[in-house]
Amino acid sequence: MKKTKQLLAYLILMALGLRSAYASDYTLNLMKGVTKVSNDIYDLHMLVLWICVFIGIAVFGTMFYSIYHHRKSKGHKAEQFHENTTIEILWTIIPTLILIGMAIPATQTMLEMEDVKDSDMSIKITGWQWKWEYEYMSNGIHFFSSLDEKSNQARQLNSGINPRSVPHYLLNVDNPLVIPINTKIRFLFTAADVNHAWWVPELGWKKDAIPGFINESWTYVEKPGTYRGQCAELCGKDHGFMPIVIIAMEQVDYNVWVEEQLVSAKAAANSANKEWSQEELFAKGETIYANSCASCHMNDGAGMGATFPAITNSPIVTGDIDGQIKIVMNGQGMMPAFGTMLSAVDFAAVITYTRNGLGNSVGDFVQPSKIKSLLSAVPEDDD
Amino acid sequence: MSAVAVENEHTHDAHGAEKGFLRWIVTTNHKDIGTMYLVFALIMFFVGGTMALIIRAELFEPGMQFVDPQFFNSMTTMHALVMVFGAVMPGFVGFANWMIPMMIGAPDMALPRMNNMSFWMLVAGMLLMASTLFMEGGAPAAGWTFYPPLVLQTGNALPFAVFAVHLLGISSIMGAINIIATILNMRAPKMTMMKMPLFVWTWLITGFLLIAIMPVFAGAVTMLLTDRFFDTSFFDAAGGGDPVLYQHIFWFFGHPEVYVMILPTFGIASTIIPVFARKPLFGYSSMVYATIAIAFLSFIVWAHHMFTVGMPIAGELFFMYTTMLIAIPTGVKVFNWTATMWKGSMTFETPMLFSIAFVVLFTMGGFTGVMMSLAPLDFQYHDTYFIVAHFHYTLVPASVFILMAGGYFWLPKWTGNMYDEKLATLHFWLSAISVNILFFPQHFLGLAGMPRRIPDYAVQFADWNMVSSIGAFIFGFSQLIFVYVVIKTIRGKNCEKATDEVWEDAHKHGLEWTLSSPVPYHTFATPPEKIPTEHL
Repeated sequence: MKKTKQLLAYLILMALGLRSAYASDYTLNLMKGVTKVSNDIYDLHMLVLWICVFIGIAVFGTMFYSIYHHRKSKGHKAEQFHENTTIEILWTIIPTLILIGMAIPATQTMLEMEDVKDSDMSIKITGWQWKWEYEYMSNGIHFFSSLDEKSNQARQLNSGINPRSVPHYLLNVDNPLVIPINTKIRFLFTAADVNHAWWVPELGWKKDAIPGFINESWTYVEKPGTYRGQCAELCGKDHGFMPIVIIAMEQVDYNVWVEEQLVSAKAAANSANKEWSQEELFAKGETIYANSCASCHMNDGAGMGATFPAITNSPIVTGDIDGQIKIVMNGQGMMPAFGTMLSAVDFAAVITYTRNGLGNSVGDFVQPSKIKSLLSAVPEDDD
Repeated sequence: MSAVAVENEHTHDAHGAEKGFLRWIVTTNHKDIGTMYLVFALIMFFVGGTMALIIRAELFEPGMQFVDPQFFNSMTTMHALVMVFGAVMPGFVGFANWMIPMMIGAPDMALPRMNNMSFWMLVAGMLLMASTLFMEGGAPAAGWTFYPPLVLQTGNALPFAVFAVHLLGISSIMGAINIIATILNMRAPKMTMMKMPLFVWTWLITGFLLIAIMPVFAGAVTMLLTDRFFDTSFFDAAGGGDPVLYQHIFWFFGHPEVYVMILPTFGIASTIIPVFARKPLFGYSSMVYATIAIAFLSFIVWAHHMFTVGMPIAGELFFMYTTMLIAIPTGVKVFNWTATMWKGSMTFETPMLFSIAFVVLFTMGGFTGVMMSLAPLDFQYHDTYFIVAHFHYTLVPASVFILMAGGYFWLPKWTGNMYDEKLATLHFWLSAISVNILFFPQHFLGLAGMPRRIPDYAVQFADWNMVSSIGAFIFGFSQLIFVYVVIKTIRGKNCEKATDEVWEDAHKHGLEWTLSSPVPYHTFATPPEKIPTEHL
């Protein structure tokens, strides 16, 4: 069946002269996914699809039979009947029965999906404009996950980079979410700014991440692999550019990964205490700027109109350094609060970079240790 | 009363329409106002269509080629607002103005001055909405649903968009009151409720829907306004509010709203199909009851737009079951139309072609609707191109096709000239084929995992997006044929003259076909004695 459909699709595309179609990798149907829930959803989808196809053939078949035979040009005389109680009752009751037949498996799957009890671990997922934050509740691993650099360059307006040359264009991130297989994982969803929705088709569902509220959902992946998804709720300018990547691995590999994460987190915490030079910070700041700032303030710091002001010659950036730090830390208007998103080192680096790069040359810079003390002094705001 | 009516008839005969440009500003004539609504809707159809083509041009291939993402979001938002509030709704109000008095044997609408006011308020509202495109920070870009907190990030445009919604809402409510008042009070003596043409019935029900929902929408956007400017926190969790509350209020408006666009569609289709099948409409009373059932259900299904917001399981199941129920009355309608065609003596003039295409393609939209009503499936389909395909099937080859069908159907009656059947048939086939090239592949895209409202996509979605965009451009440019045919018919040069009944035996189907063609400026100054009762 799948082959026939693909052949048909290929023929349509051929007819339209799109020769490249055959080479590329596309699907026509819902994916089965890698969990029991996603397979149940797929089976239900196919059941309903075939019921619809069958009803469609019956109704449209009747209609086209009528259109072909009961036409004036064939000399067919119109009959004048206009009601028939039996048939009207029949075509009310039969669809009702069919719907009941669909509702039963749908209810079962729904109950299964909502059953978050007895999970083995929990991961908190926070949606930001435009990245995902992951917090492993059990071991304190915590990181942000944004669109990977190659996709990010290629997706700029008229970048000149062919998206087909970028591996997993728009579906790749810098820090993927790593989970163990054969484990019931509970996800907690919330958002820091606007609504988002976390969707990996292979898990079979999406869930909204809403600021101020916590939603939950769960998964149990049985097959190791890399699964990709995207934000599914319009969340502003870069809604299309906050993908999700999950790497599901065997428990032993997962344990190794956890160890590595804990070690590097410790190293990062220590590096905030060391004395940095302006050059070191400037070099680091360039990458941070590209990842965290450039999507609004643009790569060259020129900004986009009044909503996303320019960095170059900005009175804030070229003014008092503490003033700039305050705004970057707490956010303003559409600008999110980066104090919670960047590490002290990255924060100091990007401040240093914007003051001394992008056409600015203020000359001063800030130590990560100072940022660290500022961050701990700021009371956690009400979320 | 009848003495007064006769006297009026006499004085009305003495004058026709006001001369010159002022006629259109001050007119209280239902036909003039109907024409203005229809022309306005057609213009907005092209404005919204241009926005759609900007969207499809950007999505023609992966990578960002033409617009920045913020402007892309403005385009998706404005495309929807313009099409819903500027094109489809006014289009049906235009037909209501023209046809309801003629179908029920009334001289005009019940409240002619308010009629004029509601039209000009619509124009004001849409101009205000369009002006946001040129404002600091751009037009609204949070989707036509205006979900907070995102919509509160809109620049200067937000208050203007909110006031535009208020104006459009007042205009719709006034229009709805007028239509209801006309139908309930101004029917010819023998035109009892259960003898009214289906188009009149569907508009009566639509009128009540509009009165019920527009204040709700106005309230929701006003709460956005106070959240943004007056420090309330209806939708801000930090102040004790709830962003999801907005979605509940919005969709309590939004779901009946989609039936505001589809019920008159059903009405016109039920008017056209019997004429060309040369048979009475099958199951008239079940059509009426099905429409009432759909209207009732529309108020208790709203949260199926929000299955993924994290509702309690009981809520999810309730809204799943109620949504599935809609399939029953809708199915009855489709079966009735098929039974109307059955054993008829069909001919296939353009209005009939568009109506048949409507029945088939709307049913396809209905099938995907049943699929999405199942909550667990919606956890996959929600916010993907699958839903984009679904609602465009129920709007474009349904509502828009029927607006076209109605245009071809009644234009000869209005102008006294037959339209060019060859060009109209060409218009139909180009539209019917391209609309499927445009929207059918979007089912594949959605199932394969492409979210909606994204300006750029992963390369595995490239082929079907390209096909879809090609279809969009063919569809868009095909509509220029419609404009040409309409203008040619109105001017009447080289056009065949229409007979009074226009379509064979049409006088058996509706009062409007008992009038002369072109239809006089004032009609039914005295109510008709006899009414066509054949459909009962």
